[in-house]
Amino acid sequence: MRYSLFNIVVNGLTGNRFTEPAWRAATPKPRYDVVILGGGGHGLATAYYLAKNHGIHDVAVIEKGYVGGGNAGRNTTIFRSNYLLPGNEPFYEWSVKLWEGLEQTLNYNVMASQRGIVNLIHSDAQRDAYARRGNAMLLADAGARLLDRDEVRTMMPFLDFDNARFPIRGGLMQPRAGTARHDAVVWGFARGADKFGVDIVQNCEATGFLRDRTGAVTGVETSLGPIMADKVALTLAGSTSRLTEKLDLRLPIESQVLQAFVSEAVKPLIPGVITFGAGHFYVSQSDKGGLVFGGDLDGYNSYAQRGNLPVMEDVLEGGMALMPMIGRLRLLRQWGGICDMSMDGSPIIDIGPLPGLYLNCAWNYGGFKATPASGWCFAHTIATDTPHPLSAAYRLDRFRTGKVIDERGAGPQPNLH
Amino acid sequence: MRIPCPYCGPRDAHEFSYLGDATGTRPKNPSAPDAILAFHDYVYPRGNPAGSHRELWYHTNGCRRWVEVSRNTLTHEITGARFAGASIPDASVPDASVSDASEKEAVS
Amino acid sequence: MSRLAKGGQIDRSRPLAFTFDDIAYQGYFGDTLASALLANDVKLVGRSFKYHRPRGILTAGSEEPNALVELRSGARREPNTRATTAELFDGLEAASQNRWPSLAFDAMAVNGLLSPFFGAAFYYKTFMWPKAAWEKLYEPAIRRAAGLGRAADGPDPDHYEKAHAFCDLLVIGSGPAGLEAALAAGRAGARVILAEEDFAFGGRLLSEKTTIEDDTPGAYVTRAIAELKSFTNVRLMVRTAVFGAYDDEYGALERVADHVAVPAPFQPRQRLWKIIPKRVVLAAGAMDRPIVFGGNDRPGVMHAAAAQTYVNRFGVAPAKTSAVFSNNDAAWRAAFDAHDAGASVKAIVDVRTDVSPEITGGAQKRGIRTILGGKVVSTRGKTLGIVSVETGHGRETLYVDGLMMSGGFSPNVHLTCHHGGKPSWDETIAAFVPGKCPPGMTVAGAATGTFSLADCLADGGRKGAAAARDLGFSAADPTPPRAESEATGQKPFWWVHESKGLAFVDFQNDVKAKDVALAHKEGFSSVEHLKRYTTLGMATDQGKLGNVAGLAILAEVSGRTIPQTGTTMFRPPWTPVALAAFAGHHRGPDFRPTRPTPSHAFAEELGGQFVEAGPWLRAAYFPHRGEPTLRDSVNREVLAVRERVGWIDVSTFGKIELSGPDVGAFLDRVYINTFSTLKPGKVRYGVMLREDGIVMDDGTTTRLSEDRWAMTTTTANAGRVYQHLVFCHQVLWPELDVRMASTTEQWAQIAIAGPRARDVLQGVVDDAAAVSAEALPYMGAAETTVMGGVKARVFRVSFSGELGYEVAVPARHGEALARAIAKAGAAQDIVPYGLEALAVMRIEKGHVSGPELNGQTSAADLGFARMASTKKDYIGRVLAGREAFRDPRRPSLVGIKPVDRTQMLRAGAHFLKPGAKPTTGNDQGWLSSATWSPTLGHSIGLGFLVGGSAMVGEVFRAWDGLRGTDIEVEICAPCFIDPEGVRLRG
Repeated sequence: MRYSLFNIVVNGLTGNRFTEPAWRAATPKPRYDVVILGGGGHGLATAYYLAKNHGIHDVAVIEKGYVGGGNAGRNTTIFRSNYLLPGNEPFYEWSVKLWEGLEQTLNYNVMASQRGIVNLIHSDAQRDAYARRGNAMLLADAGARLLDRDEVRTMMPFLDFDNARFPIRGGLMQPRAGTARHDAVVWGFARGADKFGVDIVQNCEATGFLRDRTGAVTGVETSLGPIMADKVALTLAGSTSRLTEKLDLRLPIESQVLQAFVSEAVKPLIPGVITFGAGHFYVSQSDKGGLVFGGDLDGYNSYAQRGNLPVMEDVLEGGMALMPMIGRLRLLRQWGGICDMSMDGSPIIDIGPLPGLYLNCAWNYGGFKATPASGWCFAHTIATDTPHPLSAAYRLDRFRTGKVIDERGAGPQPNLH
Repeated sequence: MRIPCPYCGPRDAHEFSYLGDATGTRPKNPSAPDAILAFHDYVYPRGNPAGSHRELWYHTNGCRRWVEVSRNTLTHEITGARFAGASIPDASVPDASVSDASEKEAVS
Repeated sequence: MSRLAKGGQIDRSRPLAFTFDDIAYQGYFGDTLASALLANDVKLVGRSFKYHRPRGILTAGSEEPNALVELRSGARREPNTRATTAELFDGLEAASQNRWPSLAFDAMAVNGLLSPFFGAAFYYKTFMWPKAAWEKLYEPAIRRAAGLGRAADGPDPDHYEKAHAFCDLLVIGSGPAGLEAALAAGRAGARVILAEEDFAFGGRLLSEKTTIEDDTPGAYVTRAIAELKSFTNVRLMVRTAVFGAYDDEYGALERVADHVAVPAPFQPRQRLWKIIPKRVVLAAGAMDRPIVFGGNDRPGVMHAAAAQTYVNRFGVAPAKTSAVFSNNDAAWRAAFDAHDAGASVKAIVDVRTDVSPEITGGAQKRGIRTILGGKVVSTRGKTLGIVSVETGHGRETLYVDGLMMSGGFSPNVHLTCHHGGKPSWDETIAAFVPGKCPPGMTVAGAATGTFSLADCLADGGRKGAAAARDLGFSAADPTPPRAESEATGQKPFWWVHESKGLAFVDFQNDVKAKDVALAHKEGFSSVEHLKRYTTLGMATDQGKLGNVAGLAILAEVSGRTIPQTGTTMFRPPWTPVALAAFAGHHRGPDFRPTRPTPSHAFAEELGGQFVEAGPWLRAAYFPHRGEPTLRDSVNREVLAVRERVGWIDVSTFGKIELSGPDVGAFLDRVYINTFSTLKPGKVRYGVMLREDGIVMDDGTTTRLSEDRWAMTTTTANAGRVYQHLVFCHQVLWPELDVRMASTTEQWAQIAIAGPRARDVLQGVVDDAAAVSAEALPYMGAAETTVMGGVKARVFRVSFSGELGYEVAVPARHGEALARAIAKAGAAQDIVPYGLEALAVMRIEKGHVSGPELNGQTSAADLGFARMASTKKDYIGRVLAGREAFRDPRRPSLVGIKPVDRTQMLRAGAHFLKPGAKPTTGNDQGWLSSATWSPTLGHSIGLGFLVGGSAMVGEVFRAWDGLRGTDIEVEICAPCFIDPEGVRLRG
């Protein structure tokens, strides 16, 4: 059923008589052309674009729990394409372009709202680095503005301009960045993929792989039985290693916990996304009114989906240093997501490394914004067995060749990215 | 999270810096024909287990020793800690008393 | 007035004045804002989130979803404050929120009329047309309507503290179980912390009248607290909410001064406690939960347990005439207490038909009508006036202004879930009970699902004693105080299917029973999907009240049992915590420590303008009168150094002292170049890599004597390099006999640079001959004394490209040394110069710095390829040999000049070929550093260019779209001054 004003009015008047499930509750068939493990945003977007762009409809998305229960439902909902390196910037920019039309594409209001992101600048050296980045963004048609202190002050008068340890000297803004309703993105892609005939199988845990005598992957073992597939694609985020371990693959990733926080809801306070340049703090305000914020990784390997107080304190020290008028707002909820942190801070989208296997992982702490482009490029990779030009830099062999994409220059230590 | 530093006793993890996997060994021969592969395997791929994990922490705001910690990545439970690299006799300490101390796992 | 004539634990001799929506009222010491409002007959207190429905006071605790107010004003305004936990103080100001123009008439209440269309998640299906309208029209309107209260008007003026506490046993909650647990462990000698969220100890004992040892519950609490206070090993913490169970520690918030208008001088508003206990007894009690029926949100509908609290603890009748709607005995007892206190109860409607005669007898005795097997189907009135009941024999209308509602009790299991443990469903009490708890935690009393007072007292004592025994203390299970073992008689009942009007599951977020059914119909049948789709449980109470009912309704509509349907996870914090409490005093200038350089005071005297350099504060430049811009001052300082002499404090460089016979071998393994061949008294520049072949840092290392070495690192990487070296030694090569220590703070270091530098230096050293051109050649080092016997090290090195020395003295002599240098240099017309001039000179000289050492560049990229030894292993050697590092298209360091010498270069520009379109594909590199060179009289820069030095002489464009410039530039070698190094060898 297409969502429309008419549809809402009819259902409102009839007590939702004509309401139907957003997607079918599928039970898996014995075989598919493509089986995607992981029903988060990336997996569902991949299924959607496999069907839409490549005409591959015989697809199942296998999800251990409920769709969107992993990082897709645990992030801080920001999308942006303010990257520096040529391996990244065009990819993320394509993602933003997809975000811009996602409501219409999916007939689902994912509440993508381009309220802009401002990365604050606190030193001349930081300005130079951001200028380099801003120009890289302009080269990729992503849009960028360098703000001076007064412009930042006009835009965000509540920041601490007069009493700060690290004074605000300006900002790099991407007006086209913004936030979206993270769960709606998952549901929109799920509903869209379902309409194309994709089977979305929830509460089905992949427990291993089917392989032929050559070692090629030919399907998956699941809690609902074996499922054969020509191609098995992994979009498992922080759980990637737990399954690739069954293939004796060691990947250049560590699963680490990243905490996120939301305050009680208040009336509109913050215009867009703000990142502090002298501490670990970034913030936006949801449509409901809660301040959604986060900071740095807890910084150790963890599958526990929860973090600890020191990072919380560090984040809020940044928050109070930047905007001391939030002090009396209250923290409502904290949670943790398992991030598949890579050795250069950039993702992996690739064919292999075993025949029949396709990898999409290592999104670090930034997978949400990539959701549409990740699905777009991964679908292309699966369908054509060639990397998409936009994700060609994300191949696994870059660590052997040295062609790493290290935005932060932090080196092969995931918790520094 | 409190780490049982073999030198300082149980201390808040906040005092430590984390490096990661402690199981790798730096290849000995930089001139070997497969040196790039060997160093790649040392630097990049990780076991990344969900469960028991041997990992390196540096007691930055403490004794400044590198400590190898056994910790469960599912529960964060720490089952042991010892000085890293100390299994090799410390030439600067002829009586190897440091090595002796490091044999004992400090269990939290 | 609804204040009862007597009773309650308020102090009627201490009246307190307060205002709500600018109207003055009076309450008493011991009141909460909610009890005081009820006492003043204020029933309409707030508006709901989505439909802006009028709302009153529903509970008497921190789970309150409706009575949220803005407390205080201006910079101290606290939105969303629960009136039910706010302690009344004299002069308290509160205001209702989320209403316009007024609380009584809220224009947004029209949303409620549209509720058939504004159902769960309706927004996902609409607001998409036309495309631009979401951001321009719909979203701004939604954002304005949403939110609750308003944030403060300015920076929080109050202070916050942090504290650690260690104990054997942390007892959370001071109801019957908590008190007995603390007593048992305290008597055994264990170090106990008893933390109570409320401002009074006692928990449910403050609200109930059941006797203990034939005395009032209050008398029992007084005795218990007195005994606990007598133990030096017990710490009592009131107004302290333990909000989170983390790894090995618990977060708790103490509200130190929230119960006064303004904290006393030097008193914090709140204190964040990090409690590290060996064992924990969670005695957090249980919570009355709502029944879902039509109009259950109307002001005047209140939880029965809350009504009991208002009557017994605060001496307030929540209504003049009440009815009761319940499924359990506790609600009846609450009704009896109210009735006995003079708040009339007209009827008790209970969904059960088999209520025990003991209970029904209590109603009979009081003349309260009972309607067994009945249900409330709707309510009417702006505040409650009419309750419509399905009696089993038809509909009946009750004219009451209060409805005491109770759907039974849910144990407060929240903290047991913070490590991921899932609570389990107990069918006998129709509630979730604790599952796997965090390590060291046991649960006692009502939080386990054991509700009778006698059981709670006994369980608390047992658990407290067990925890003490577990830790090696000798503790027998105590004999519990004698108390009634009252039955609960709880029968599962969740929602009235026959409801008329909106029946709420989550009050604040306006989630209705119908929304739960709709979510299921649309396939959102996982409990997490239900939450996310309907926002059930996402309000400020985090589902404390509504989650169970929502889950039960979902189970029913989906034909599953509650355990099959699932649980929802409770995440920290248990109750919301002020953000400032986590920051403590780390805000404003104290956000991070400030490290002044040793010569800071002198630089200040000289008019230095300071700038943050990481944690350091360094002099950026020293303006003279008549220099209108920074550039004028910097130009003067640069020219002074180039022509005469200047000094700068370079103490911020990282300094590492190494000693031992194997230091040379060790350095060979961490630097790309060889150090073992360095002679004593010599300095060498070195570059170190990360293991992945990227440059980590550069700096000089001096061999002071055969086995003593002094390394310098960049300011930014001081800590990182030290940690790296320690790693290399302790983990990789413990067999090397090397000792090292960071001495960054121990040595002050002042650089003297310029053609007259030696003359100045000779004015401060005690033995001028020791630093003569012959005795101390370029890249030489000497250990000597200055200023009449102060131990010093002199390094003949240069960052500026001029004849230069760095003089190091123990840090306490740093300021004196700077003054001595300035004095000795007066004759040479010495100037102090700052970071700005230093940056100009290093670019003129082509020295790489932070913008070039950005963690992305290899030694070859920076022009150090020839420095790298091929005869030894060193960190990063192998991986720097990977193919991408050898790619000729890899950008490498070049010098840049504008073709039109009047144009200004700016760092951050990208290089494009002449005529090329500005696209990512045409990007040829970037300008990393740029400055105006007063020496050359034009702008210069350093950058990384595809092709690198092979492009010298070519013309490119420095494209800076961000600032709208596009300048033709000439590529040159990355050294603009004295490439042969004549000056620094002078």
